[in-house]
Amino acid sequence: MDSVKMKTDWAIEARGLVKSFGSNRAVDGVDLKVRAGTIYGVLGPNGAGKTTTVRMLATLLRPDAGSARIFGYDVVKEAQIVRQLIGVTGQYASVDETLSATENLVIFSRLLGLGRAEARRKAAELLEEFGLTDAAKRPLKHFSGGMRRRLDLAASLIAQPPLIFLDEPTTGLDPRTRTHMWEVIRRLVKSGSTVLLTTQYLDEADQLADRVAVIDRGKVVAEGTVDELKTSVGTSSLHLRVHNPMDMEEARRIVNRVLGVQSVVSTVSGKITAPMMDADRVTDLLIRLREAGIKLAEMSVQKPTLDEVFLTITGHGVEDESQSDEELNKAEAMQR
Amino acid sequence: MSSIPMTSGIQRPLRNRTSFRQTLSQSFTMAYRGLLKIRRTPEQLFDVTFQPIVFTLMFTYIFGGAVSGNVHNYLPIIIPGILVQTVITTSIVTGVQLREDMDKGVFDRFKSLPIARIAPLAGALLADTVRYTIATVLTLVMGYIIGYRPGGGLLNTVIAGILVMACSWAVSWIFAFFGVIARTASSVQGISMLILFPLTFLSNALVPVNTMPHWLQWFVKINPLSHLITAVRDLANAGTVGSDLVISLVGAAVIVVIFAPLTVRAYMRRT
Repeated sequence: MDSVKMKTDWAIEARGLVKSFGSNRAVDGVDLKVRAGTIYGVLGPNGAGKTTTVRMLATLLRPDAGSARIFGYDVVKEAQIVRQLIGVTGQYASVDETLSATENLVIFSRLLGLGRAEARRKAAELLEEFGLTDAAKRPLKHFSGGMRRRLDLAASLIAQPPLIFLDEPTTGLDPRTRTHMWEVIRRLVKSGSTVLLTTQYLDEADQLADRVAVIDRGKVVAEGTVDELKTSVGTSSLHLRVHNPMDMEEARRIVNRVLGVQSVVSTVSGKITAPMMDADRVTDLLIRLREAGIKLAEMSVQKPTLDEVFLTITGHGVEDESQSDEELNKAEAMQR
Repeated sequence: MSSIPMTSGIQRPLRNRTSFRQTLSQSFTMAYRGLLKIRRTPEQLFDVTFQPIVFTLMFTYIFGGAVSGNVHNYLPIIIPGILVQTVITTSIVTGVQLREDMDKGVFDRFKSLPIARIAPLAGALLADTVRYTIATVLTLVMGYIIGYRPGGGLLNTVIAGILVMACSWAVSWIFAFFGVIARTASSVQGISMLILFPLTFLSNALVPVNTMPHWLQWFVKINPLSHLITAVRDLANAGTVGSDLVISLVGAAVIVVIFAPLTVRAYMRRT
C-alpha cells in the first residue's frame, strides 16, 4: 500500500458529481472527502442518489459532470487503475447465481490474475473466513440472503483492495447476520482498508462510521461525525398512550409542566409525544400521572430516527413513494 | 473468522491498460465461466439437442418424396441444408444470453474488476462454440442414422462441419450486437428471429431453387446462406471446393470485420 499512500491521504475526493437519468437528476453536485483508513457512511433514504454516487466512484457509471479521485487517480481517465484499488459489493449481490460459491470466487480470482492453484487456495481461504465452507459446492440458488452477501463481500476482498464500497450491505438481513457483517466491516478497517458504506439506517452509521454524509435528492445536506449529526437532530422522544381518552388533555398538561416542553398529541393513535431532554425527569412525570389517577396504556422512548434526522436537516420527511410513514416506522422498529 | 492478513494490498505496479496476454487469459476465464454455466443448466442446451433431431426427421420425411422421389435421394440435399439452418439459428442464443447476463448483478462485478472490457463479450462468444459443435455433430449423426452417407468422405464432412461452425460464430457477432444494444432479452430473440427466419427458409436449404418463381430465385441466389449451403453440399457430397466456399468465408469475414468493432464499441459504452 506504500505506493498508494505516497500519492495522497484521501481515499476519495469527489467534487460536484452530477448524474442525470432523463430529466431526473439522481445525483446533483455531490462533494465527498474520505480519509484513508476510515469508515465513511453515506446515509439517505431510497432514491436519494446513494447508489448512483457509489457507482460513479466505482467506475461503473460515468459522471455527467464533476470529478472524482480514488487515492489520487481519476475515476474516468484512470479507471483501470482505480479498479485495481477498489472492491465493490452491491446492493444486489453481484455473484453468479448458477455457479457454486467456490466457482464464483475462483473465476473472480482468475480474472484478477491469480494462477489456477492460487485461485483455488484463495477461494478456500475466503470461504473459510466467511463461514461458507460447508456450502461451498452448492449453487447459489439455494443460498440465503445473508450467505449471498457474505460471498459477495468475500469476492470484493480477493485482491485485498485498499478501498471497499459497500452499498447497503445489511439491507434485508436478519439482526444476527447484520451484527456479523458489522464485525467483518470493522475488521477490514483495522487491517488498513478504507470503507465507504451506504445505508438507510442511522444506527448502522452510528455503529460503524467515523464520519457521515447525509444525502437527499442527490445533494449532500449534512456532513460530520455521527455525534455531530445526532446533536444537530436533537434528543430522544417520549411516547405515552393513556388508557382513557378522556384523560388526554389532563395528561398533556402534566407532561408539559413536568418536562417543561411542548408535547404533541395525536388523536388518531391516542398518543402524546414529547422531546425528552432529561431522562431523569420521567420518574417525576410518572409519579405525577399516578397521583392524578391517569392510567397509562403504553410508554416508550424513541431515539432519533432517520426520519427525524431528515425532518430536521431538510425540513421535509423521508419521501418514499411506496412507503407510508406507518410502514417506515415499522421498518425502523424491526431493525432495532 | 479471524486471521486473514488483509494488509498486503497491491504489490503489482498500477497500470491503466490491460496487456494482450491478460486480455486473452481473461477471455478464456470468461469462456470457462460460460461452460460452467452450461454444465449447471443443461436445459439451455435444449434447442441445440432437439432442433437437429426433430428438424432432420421432420423435413426429411415430409419433403423427401415430393422433392427427390424418395427419402434416400433427398438426404444429400436436406442434411447440409438442415445443418446450416440449425447451427446458424443456434447463434441467436449468444445475443439473448448476453443480454440476460448483462442485466444481472454479476456483470457489475465484472465491470468493477481491472479486466479488459472486451473479456466478458469474448468469453461469451467463445463458450458458444460448444453449442455449435453439439448442433453440428447431432445433425450429422442424425443424418447418418437415417441413411445419409456423405460422398465426400469423413474428412471433408468434418471440414464442412467446421465451416458451418465458423460461419455461425461470425453471424453470432450480429446477434451479440443486438444483445448489447437491445433493452430486453425477448426483444433480442424477436428481432433475431425476424431476420433469420427468411434467411434460412428463403434459401436452397430444403428444395431446389429452380422450382421457385423467378423473383424468389433472385433473392435465394444472393442469400449468403444459400452459398454456405452449396459449399457444404460440395464438400460433404463430392469433396469439391468451389466459389461458394470462398463467398461464404469472405462473407463471414466481412460480418466479423463490421460487427465485432460495432459490438465492442456499443458494449463499452453500455458498461
